[in-house]
Amino acid sequence: MKIVGASTVSGAAKLVGMARRAQFPLRAPTVPRGIEPLPSRHPVGGDYDTEWARSPLARVTRAALVEGIMRPLVYVFGSPERVGADRLDDIDGPVVFAANHHSHFDTPLMLTSIPDRWRHKLVVGAAADYFFGARVTGALSALVIGAIPIERNKVGRKSADLARGLIDDGWSMLIFPEGGRSPDGWGQPFRGGAAFIAQRCGVPVVPIHLEGTGRILRKGKNRPSRARVTVTFGPPLVALPKEDARKFAVRIEREVAILADEAATDWWQARQRAYARDTPHLTGPTVGTWRRHWAVSARDKTVRRAKRTWPKR
Amino acid sequence: MATNKRAPRPGFVLDVDKSTPPIVFHHGEGFRLEKLPAGRTRILYPADPLVGLPDPDGAIRDALLHPIDCDPLPALLRPGMKLTIAFDDISLPLPPMRKPDIRQRVIEAVLDMAAEAGVDDVHLIAALALHRRMTEAELRHAVGDRVYDAFAPHGTLYNHDAEDPENMVLLGVTKHGEEVEMNRRAAESDLLVYVNINLVAMDGGHKSTATGLSGYRALRHHHNVKTMLESKSFMDQHKSELHHSNWRQGAIIKDAGIKIFQIETTVNNNTFGHDGPLSMLQKREWEWTARDRASFVTMHNGLKIMKTSHKRKIFNSWQAPYDLTSVQAGEIEAVHKITTENVYKQQLVPVQGQTDILTMGLPYICPYNVNSVMNPILVMCLGLGYFFNLYRGKPVVREGGVLIMTHPTPWEFHPVHHPSYIDFFEQVLSETTNPLEIEANYEKKFAEDEWYRHLYRTSYAYHGVHPFYMWYWGSHALAHLGQVIIVGGDTRAVRRLGFRPASTMQDAFEMASDVVGRQPTITHLHNPPILMADVS
Repeated sequence: MKIVGASTVSGAAKLVGMARRAQFPLRAPTVPRGIEPLPSRHPVGGDYDTEWARSPLARVTRAALVEGIMRPLVYVFGSPERVGADRLDDIDGPVVFAANHHSHFDTPLMLTSIPDRWRHKLVVGAAADYFFGARVTGALSALVIGAIPIERNKVGRKSADLARGLIDDGWSMLIFPEGGRSPDGWGQPFRGGAAFIAQRCGVPVVPIHLEGTGRILRKGKNRPSRARVTVTFGPPLVALPKEDARKFAVRIEREVAILADEAATDWWQARQRAYARDTPHLTGPTVGTWRRHWAVSARDKTVRRAKRTWPKR
Repeated sequence: MATNKRAPRPGFVLDVDKSTPPIVFHHGEGFRLEKLPAGRTRILYPADPLVGLPDPDGAIRDALLHPIDCDPLPALLRPGMKLTIAFDDISLPLPPMRKPDIRQRVIEAVLDMAAEAGVDDVHLIAALALHRRMTEAELRHAVGDRVYDAFAPHGTLYNHDAEDPENMVLLGVTKHGEEVEMNRRAAESDLLVYVNINLVAMDGGHKSTATGLSGYRALRHHHNVKTMLESKSFMDQHKSELHHSNWRQGAIIKDAGIKIFQIETTVNNNTFGHDGPLSMLQKREWEWTARDRASFVTMHNGLKIMKTSHKRKIFNSWQAPYDLTSVQAGEIEAVHKITTENVYKQQLVPVQGQTDILTMGLPYICPYNVNSVMNPILVMCLGLGYFFNLYRGKPVVREGGVLIMTHPTPWEFHPVHHPSYIDFFEQVLSETTNPLEIEANYEKKFAEDEWYRHLYRTSYAYHGVHPFYMWYWGSHALAHLGQVIIVGGDTRAVRRLGFRPASTMQDAFEMASDVVGRQPTITHLHNPPILMADVS
């Protein structure tokens, strides 16, 4: 089937690819290791101020971008299947959404999949060094996806304080606790950021599993392909009394792994394996590189897309 | 700008890793961006420009009133005396500095005191040795309109003429057999005031007078291959035979009873400014702002499509916003000691150990092509003479190592400024590039050629022997290096110089591997702004 506007999208993708391949001085220079960069008059990175991007005008603009541009693109490339949103029916107030991360496609997918109640008052935790490394990318990230800078290479009180302030003001937050996109198709261990913020603010964490986005635009790829994706929402998790952030993060990771199992098989098998402590790890088998690659390609081929009759989406 | 407010940072050595952005190489009237191999390359960055003196005129006056090992200048001035003020020529500083030039400030201060003392007989001489004469515009720029208009119309502001037998005087011979001669007016004055700008450690001291006001008869004793081979480097006074020879000649000048009041100045390395179109050239690449990058991309691509003559016009119009960092006056040797310390304070960068390959980007200018053309001989002189010798201790590159330079090296000469260079390139370098053979077989013929003498004295030509000196300037490097490669140069011109041409930096590294192996260490001299490697 010929997709309307596919050539435009491909042209845009080509431009994005060219922009990504651009070298210094067309793009900002990287800083050699061990060199202290000069203080900037226009702070970037973790110091970038995103408050303007939460003004009413910016929010309306973002909503228009999400609904008018992102949603059709997500539909064209991913035809997403969204599962388990009914698990969020009983939650009130802000939450922290924690999803696994394979692709730049994940954020648009989430922004168009998170239920309306949270979607338009949502900030996205984005790597300060990557998205906010330059003023232009920082501004675009803040405006288009509502990103706020999160330091992923160091513990930043500033990031935590900003997130806490926003959640206290009723904003929800989307975090990819792996800290970056998967380099090889398998997951990475969850860091404690999402758990820490949720625990500190006393809000629940909604675990989410994204399946198939790596086939659309995996790390290192510039041109997107079409592939079907599945978003599986899990049951909200609340930090237990005396549970520290690290243990809470492990629990969130385990829940996302169960959701992954559910997407690959079905809810029942996934539950059985969960109780038997037999759920496959998100991070994949601890074997050599080629065998991990072999296993991930085998997994992608055998992803079962069960035809669901209940519950209705 | 934030850069101005920050305390100046010292020069440093960067170990290149994968995050290091491409590095800017000067490439004549253009630039190259080169990605240098990670893990085995280091880059020597110059220090930030030192903060200039807040009150230059006050500092100059203070130096004249409180000289070192010498009476204050007013005490040396009296009515009826013969006063001569000599000053450095167009070769300093590089690029020429924005108005007011330091020479103007100093000369006006000296003349002010002379006027107060009632001195009438004053001559001003551009101490250019065997360089080309300065034009009226160049003299006006150096000394200022007030001074030029007061003296030039009366014939008392002029260029030194080393080939005027009537106006040169032999002062004596050193124990080493070196003849010492000097401009007669300077030698017969009651007081000779020398106004110097010290850009590199080689400048100043006795060299100002013993070389600047001298001629071929005296210069040949140190501007020769033997002296250059024994000067390691000629920027390091303690290991420079050139320096020792000048100092011996200076002693003869002193013994001849010539009273010299030496005024030396140093400038910072604010060559391209803190803002403006070229400011990114003195920033570290990872500190370039979006504006710097946009300016560079525009300039870089604009220069690619521009005619060479237009590019030269643009670059030659650049005047550096140098700031005065020190001024000291008095007895030559005492003054020069302090001057050298101030030069080192700005330029020295500590470096550990030598390297297999030294890379450098050569800019559009060297001391001998101001408002002119950088011909292939000057490319050799700038790279193997000046930049290679910008070290103290040991050369940055090991013996038998490779030097890679970037420059277009055009087969092009300024017919007015460099007539003898054309013949040197066509007749001498086509036969041999060996400095010793060149010196033995060709120097005397060029030095005594009447036509070249005539052009030197009446036109704006460098002396007939000058291209030889340029070649000798690189003889230490030629003896030290295993190979010299020029990237992006005119192939025929590069081969005529005896070097190897390469199209790209990668090709040059590949060619160098024949000499230094497959995994050589590389050091890049990020120069200019000028730095001097202190190699331990």
